[in-house]
Amino acid sequence: MDNKRRKILKIAAATAAVSFTGLPIETFASYLPKIGKYVRSDKEKKAKQWGMVIDTRKFKTKEDFERVIKACHSIHNVPEDIPNKKQEIKWIWEEEFSHAFPDQENPFLAERYEHKDVIVLCNHCQHPPCVRVCPTKATFKREDGIVMMDFHRCIGCRYCMAACPYGSRSFNFRDPAPFVKHKNPKFPTRMRGVVEKCLFCYERLEEGKLPACVEASNGAIIFGDIFDPNSEISKVLRENYTIVRKPELGTGPCVFYII
Amino acid sequence: MYDKDKIIPGLIIFFFLITFPLWYNLGQAAYESPKPKLPVNVKKCIEDTEWMRANHMELLNEWRDMVVRHDMTHYVNSAGVNYEISLQKTCMKCHTSKKEFCDKCHVKVSVSPYCWDCHVAPEEVTNGQ
Amino acid sequence: MLEKIFYGDKKYWSWVIFLLILIGIGSIAYITQLKKGLMVTGMGRDVSWGFYIAQFTYFVGVAASAVMVVIPLYLHNYKKFEQIVTFAEFMAVASVIICICFILVDLGQPQRLFNMILHPTPNSILFYDMIVLNGYLLLNILISWNNLHADYRRVPHPKWTKVLAYISIPWAVSIHTVTAFLYQGLPGRHYWLSAILAARFLSSAFCSGPAILVLLLLILKKVTKFDPGKEAIHTLAKIITYAMCINVFLFLTEVFTSFYSNIPGHKATFIYLFKGLHGHGNLVGWMWVMVACAIACLIILIPSKFRNNPELLVVGLILLIVATWIDKGLGLVVGGFIPNPFEKVVEYCPTGYELLISMMVYSIGLLILTLLWKIGVGVKRELGIIPK
Repeated sequence: MDNKRRKILKIAAATAAVSFTGLPIETFASYLPKIGKYVRSDKEKKAKQWGMVIDTRKFKTKEDFERVIKACHSIHNVPEDIPNKKQEIKWIWEEEFSHAFPDQENPFLAERYEHKDVIVLCNHCQHPPCVRVCPTKATFKREDGIVMMDFHRCIGCRYCMAACPYGSRSFNFRDPAPFVKHKNPKFPTRMRGVVEKCLFCYERLEEGKLPACVEASNGAIIFGDIFDPNSEISKVLRENYTIVRKPELGTGPCVFYII
Repeated sequence: MYDKDKIIPGLIIFFFLITFPLWYNLGQAAYESPKPKLPVNVKKCIEDTEWMRANHMELLNEWRDMVVRHDMTHYVNSAGVNYEISLQKTCMKCHTSKKEFCDKCHVKVSVSPYCWDCHVAPEEVTNGQ
Repeated sequence: MLEKIFYGDKKYWSWVIFLLILIGIGSIAYITQLKKGLMVTGMGRDVSWGFYIAQFTYFVGVAASAVMVVIPLYLHNYKKFEQIVTFAEFMAVASVIICICFILVDLGQPQRLFNMILHPTPNSILFYDMIVLNGYLLLNILISWNNLHADYRRVPHPKWTKVLAYISIPWAVSIHTVTAFLYQGLPGRHYWLSAILAARFLSSAFCSGPAILVLLLLILKKVTKFDPGKEAIHTLAKIITYAMCINVFLFLTEVFTSFYSNIPGHKATFIYLFKGLHGHGNLVGWMWVMVACAIACLIILIPSKFRNNPELLVVGLILLIVATWIDKGLGLVVGGFIPNPFEKVVEYCPTGYELLISMMVYSIGLLILTLLWKIGVGVKRELGIIPK
C-alpha cells in the first residue's frame, strides 16, 4: 500500500519536473480537443534569411520617401500624428545619413551625403539583441529570419527598446486606434502597452507577395533571401558596394544600403 | 464568548456580503439564453456548431499561436476543408456583425475578450438603411 | 507576533494613516495610468525607461545592502550587529517589494506579467532578475521572521535560518549583479556597456543602503528608545565610507576610460550629463550637485573625528544618499538613453503622474517597513532589550 503511494508520488514529481523543462505549453494542453490540423500556406515565399538592399541613389524626391512610407504605414494601421512627438509610432521612416550611420560620420563627408535622407526600418538582425532580452518570447526570430512580434504576448517591459541599437522599436504609450484614420480591415491594429515595429510584411510573404515598401519603391528596394546565391538580392550584393548600420555591434543587420 | 458585541455583528456583515449576489439579483428577470444571429447564407461553421459553441475560445487561442508563432497559416478541419487562419478575414466573413454575434453571448455572461482591442471588427450595417 | 502591529500609540497610527493616504492618492494616479497607458509619463521612443526603472535600480541596491550587516555578524561573529540584523533584513524585504512594485508600474500590460513564468525565457536577463529578486525576498522573509519568532518564544534561533543566512550573502550580490547585467549587456548603449557596471552597482549599494539603514535606525532610536549601539553605528559608518570611496573610484575609472580613449560614443553621455549636449542639459545641475555631495560626504566620512560625531555623521550620510541617488536613481538610466541610437538628444523629464505613482510605491515600501519594524520593536521590548 505504502509502496504504491510512493510510486504515485514519484510519478507526480517526475511529471512536475518534466513540465518545468520548458516544453511548449501546447504539449500539456491535452484538454484541447485536437480535431483539425494546421498547415502552411502553399503560396508562401520561403527563405533562410530575408534581407533587403536599399538603393539610396534611387530615392531622389520627397515623394519617393513618402510613397514607400505610406505604403507600409497605411496597410499596417500605423497610427499617424500622435500629438506627443516623443511617443510616435514608426515602422519605416527617413533619417539623415549622418544620423542613420553615425559611425560613418566624417567632417569632410561629400556634401551630397551630409544631409541626404535614407530610409530606415527594422534590420531583422541575424543576432537580434531585442530577441535575446525579451522575457516572454513575445519577439522572436522566425525560421525565415524575420524578427517577429507576438502582440498578444508582449507585456510592455520595453527591454527590447533599450536593447535595439537602431531605434527601430516603438511603444504604444496610448491606444493607437483613434489615430489610424483608414483602418485596413485585413490587418490588426495594436492596443496600448505593447511594442511594435516593421515585420518585413510576413503577412504578404505568406500570400506570395513582396513587402509593401518594396512594391512601392519602383525598384529602389530589392528584397530576397540573402543566403540563396541565385536570388536577385544576392546578385545585387555581389555586384555593389553596400554598407549596413552599426556593423561593429555584431547584430548582423539584414538591411543593406547602396550609397 | 469574549468580544461578543464585535464578533456577532461582524459575522452578520460577513454573511450579508457573501450572499450579496443573491440579494442583488432577487426579483430580476430570469436568465435567458442569448440568441446570437447566425449567418444566413452559410450553413456550416468550420467545425460543427455545438463544438464551436463549447470550444471556440480554445480554438482561437490555438489559431493565434499557430499563425503568429509557428507560421501555420491554414487550418484543415475534421472534414478536410482548408481555411485561412484569420479572425478578420475568415471568421468575420460569415459572422459579419460583432454586435449581433460575438457580443450577444459575451455581454450576457460578462466576459470581455480583448480580441477587438486590436482586431478590426467589420463595419456594422444597420438594418433597413 | 503579528498582533504587534495592532498595538501602537497615536503617533504610530497617524504615521500609518498618513502613509495610507499617500498610497491612496498615488493609486488614483496609477489607475489613470492603467486606463490611459504610459502616455501620462514623460517617457518616449528614445528614453523608453525613466524614473520607475531608475528607482527600481536604486532600491535593488538598498535591498542588497542588508548583506553588509549579515556578513560581519554571520561570517565574523561580530555580535554588535546582533540586534540590528533583523531591522536590516526587514529593510531588505521592504526594498525588494519596492523594486517589484516599480517594475509592475512600468509595464505596459501588467495583467500579462505572468507570461514571464508561463513562457520562461532563460536568454533574457529579466528572467534571472525575476528569480533572484523573488528568491531574495523569500530568503529574507524566512530568515528574519523565523529568527525573530524564536526570540519571541525565547528559544535559540533554528539552525536552518543560519544556513539560509549564508545563502543570502552571495544571493544579495547576485541581485545587484543581475540588475547591472540588465544594462551592461546591451550593444549600442555606451554608458552602460562597461564591465565594471556591476561592481559600481555593488559599491554604490553597499554605501547607500547602510546609510539609509543608519538614518532609519537613528529615527527609530528617537521614536522607540531602541539603541542600535554606538559601536554598531560606527562600524556601519566605516563600511559605508569604504564602499563610497570604492564607488567614487570606480566612477572615475569610467571617466578616465571614456576621455583618455577619446571615443565619441563613450564620452557622449558624460558630456550630456555634466555639460549638456547639442544644447540640451536637463541633468547638468543635478550631476554637479551629485559631485558636490559626493566630495562633501567623503570629507565628513573619511576622518574618524568627523565620522564619529553623531550630528556630522547624519549630515554626511544624507549627502551620500543624495549623491548616490542622483548617480543611480537619475543619471544612470536616463543618461544611458542619451544620445539616442541616431546620436540625437531627446530629453526626459518625469511627469507629475510618474512622481505620484513613485510616491505610492515608496509609501507602500515605507508602510511595510513600518509594520515589520513595529513587530521587531515589539518583540525586543518584550525581551527587555528596549526599555519599556
